Amino acid sequence: MNTKNVLASLKKNAMLVVLVLVYIFFMITTQGAIFKPLQFNALITQNAYVYILAVGMLMCMLTGGNIDLSCGSFVCLLGALGGVLMVVNKMNTGVSILLMLLIGIGYGCLLGYLIAYVHIPPWIATLAGYLAFRGLGTSILSANSNTGSIAPFPQDFLALFSGKLFSTKLNKLNVPCLAAGIAAAAIIVIVMFWSRASRVRKGYEVDSMGSTIAKAAIAAAAVLLVMWKLAYAGGIPTVLVWVVGVVLIYSFITSKTTVGRHFYVVGGNMEAARLSGVNTKRIMFLAYLNMAVLTVISTWTVMARFQAANSTAGTNYEMDAISACVVGGVSASGGSGTVLGMVIGATLIGVINLGMSLMNIDANYQKVVKGVVLLGAVAFDILSNKKKK
Amino acid sequence: MADILLGMKSITKTFPGVKALDNVNLEVERGEIHALVGENGAGKSTLMNVLSGIYPYGTYEGDIVYEGEVCKFNNIKDSERKGIVIIHQELALIPEMTIGENMYLGNERGKKFAIDWNTTYAEADKYLKMVGLTESSKVQVKTIGTGKQQLVEIAKALAKQARLLILDEPTSSLNEEDSRALLDLMLEFKKQGMTMIIITHKLNEVAYVADKITVIRDGTTIETLENHGPEPISEERIIKGMVGREMTNRFPKREGVKIGDVMMEVENWTVHHPLYPERKVVDNVSINVRKGEVVGIYGLMGAGRTELAMSIFGQSYGVNFSGKLKIDGKEIKMKKSEADAIRHKIAYVTEDRKGNGLVLSQSIKVNTSLANLNSISSHTVIDKDKEYAVAEEYREKLSIKTPSVEQLVGNLSGGNQQKVLLAKWMFAEPDILILDEPTRGIDVGAKYEIYCIINDLAAAGKSVIMISSELPEVLGMSDRIYIMNASKMIGEMKAEEATQENIMAAILQSGRGA
Repeated sequence: MNTKNVLASLKKNAMLVVLVLVYIFFMITTQGAIFKPLQFNALITQNAYVYILAVGMLMCMLTGGNIDLSCGSFVCLLGALGGVLMVVNKMNTGVSILLMLLIGIGYGCLLGYLIAYVHIPPWIATLAGYLAFRGLGTSILSANSNTGSIAPFPQDFLALFSGKLFSTKLNKLNVPCLAAGIAAAAIIVIVMFWSRASRVRKGYEVDSMGSTIAKAAIAAAAVLLVMWKLAYAGGIPTVLVWVVGVVLIYSFITSKTTVGRHFYVVGGNMEAARLSGVNTKRIMFLAYLNMAVLTVISTWTVMARFQAANSTAGTNYEMDAISACVVGGVSASGGSGTVLGMVIGATLIGVINLGMSLMNIDANYQKVVKGVVLLGAVAFDILSNKKKK
Repeated sequence: MADILLGMKSITKTFPGVKALDNVNLEVERGEIHALVGENGAGKSTLMNVLSGIYPYGTYEGDIVYEGEVCKFNNIKDSERKGIVIIHQELALIPEMTIGENMYLGNERGKKFAIDWNTTYAEADKYLKMVGLTESSKVQVKTIGTGKQQLVEIAKALAKQARLLILDEPTSSLNEEDSRALLDLMLEFKKQGMTMIIITHKLNEVAYVADKITVIRDGTTIETLENHGPEPISEERIIKGMVGREMTNRFPKREGVKIGDVMMEVENWTVHHPLYPERKVVDNVSINVRKGEVVGIYGLMGAGRTELAMSIFGQSYGVNFSGKLKIDGKEIKMKKSEADAIRHKIAYVTEDRKGNGLVLSQSIKVNTSLANLNSISSHTVIDKDKEYAVAEEYREKLSIKTPSVEQLVGNLSGGNQQKVLLAKWMFAEPDILILDEPTRGIDVGAKYEIYCIINDLAAAGKSVIMISSELPEVLGMSDRIYIMNASKMIGEMKAEEATQENIMAAILQSGRGA
């Protein structure tokens, strides 16, 4: 592998390089505090909602840069309803979860119908929810509680979405966690080499052996590092299972299935997709139905993490999700972007948040920095694409 | 002594790869109506875009001399300031705004920060009266018909103090009555001293209004004819200039292809405009195509060819459909669904490959498989290896020039993009292919390759309908030719009988007869 190839692949994975550089920067400025096991745990638990919502947002954005402004407020409303069901009415956890999911599906169908079939512009259709759900959620909360928040949630609910799998004490090696890490790394390596071998066998274009080895090594090392750190922070956070599950499922859908392909072509050229027999309205409908379902999952993790439902829950979550997508290279006009890219974008923003908090930077300035990063990422993307042409 | 208002001298305009205008000369006398005629793509519109400053000074060679001085227009504003106003073929009015607002768009009355609406509407009404409209300028444009909208365009031009009025296909969307009224209005303006250039395909109109006729062919001026005598100039004389090109071996022969049974029949097909449902875009059309046959549909732009094709293809254009569609002898009740059309083995290869044919931001591979993804998927999971193999197969078959099928379609040349579009539809394995302007905007070499592909399709027993506005192409490629004009099918000819002259004559006759 020559230097030209290395440079090309660095450019292709620019955001990953930026992530590593930013991480190193915070390693220095926080004297290694960000590298402690507890911070790995914090990074995942604090950002779990972003990963899940941003997957949904990605699917919406793929269809043509469409967004969902209502998801943050919907988190608030769903949380309040969940609180009323589980805490106030002491309803069975499983039934409550199912009811919340049905409410999400109901909203998703309505929203999808309005956008896909009535042709209401998505940002207007979701702006309505953005305003209404926050008000509705807050009024439900204040009607059911003097403090404006509902707590505590039942233990079985919390165990599903927060806490640890096979929990151990801090700074003691958690064996199942490390074992899972080793297994995951091994699977990644095997899958990568297996698919390369199968392409070689069929005579298709492949990357050089060197670059496959490098890619596999980097991916496996990253997984091992995270899991090793988590093994000293008490074990695998339950929420990580949800995040990984969602990310894997949607990586598969977007890259390997016909419906995933349809999302990309609808965003790339709606008319061409329609004239090629793609049911473009159905795709728009699915994007928003899917967004609502993922918002429900996200809500569960948020409720369990705060162990309460309150009126500020979900504030600006929609913006966090959009930022993660945009920083992760999802096109603001639709048609391109990957789940993996979005994960890197979300992680980059998460690392910046965490690092700045550890440096005790004023919360107001943190917002300024985030704004600049967002603008910088998009400008970088546009400029580097321009040069290619 | 002729009083020359406008002279365009040795205008040459090159686009990357094509010479659109080659040493064109045009002289327009003050107070005359000058007609510009030529086939689609001959360069008429390009010439007018040069004149109006859409292509600014410096991007073309040659001189524009207007009222004795050389003009260097940088944009439309510059040419309008001199009184040169173009009325484009597509109406440029904003339907939601009032007539008055439209007329003074970009030319507002009053101060910079305070539009004087009273003056606006008063002046607008004055100009409306001049073009014979009785409507108030305060009504919304969308409430009046297309014929009147065209008159509003003219009023708008007058409001700009036009001294040279250029009308690009002013009657293409008008019915016979409105067209005649418009032409009479032009003659009226001429009496008042206005100079006009009219671009039109309708030669009877040319003969009716024009004083001089300049014929453009393949980007050069062929001749300028006078139309003064007591007898109007014969249309045959104009056609001779328009089509007088020699046909050499530009079309590959299709030999030994057996034409089989009727594959598809369309009977009494009528379609209405999606926005103006009272307007018929396809009017009682019946056509059929046999297995292994290439059927050409010729017509001028706006004749309703694309509308016919798209309405057959899963009713993807239009509203209020009526008529019968038979495939293989059986009547098909097709839903309003493109996927349904594909299932019935129909493919529509669009004339607008960038606009609604290809996903430019995706690879050749993704575009090739798009219309038939299911065949390379099991349980909705795409077999990527198969997809790659399919794309490679068509890359070779159609000799698409690209380093790899992973290349983005947006990076390909027009000819190669057209081949990818064809590949997509060939992979959909249709029995009936409707090709809409399959060689538009591609170079001669790529055209020949596309013709070979069409021949191969016919040889494989497919039914091909080829829509084209290039007469030589229709004549060179078709077994049978349908001629369409003004939403109607006006003629059918066997390839042996058809000539450029009798096709043109058929169109002219239908225009007159109506």
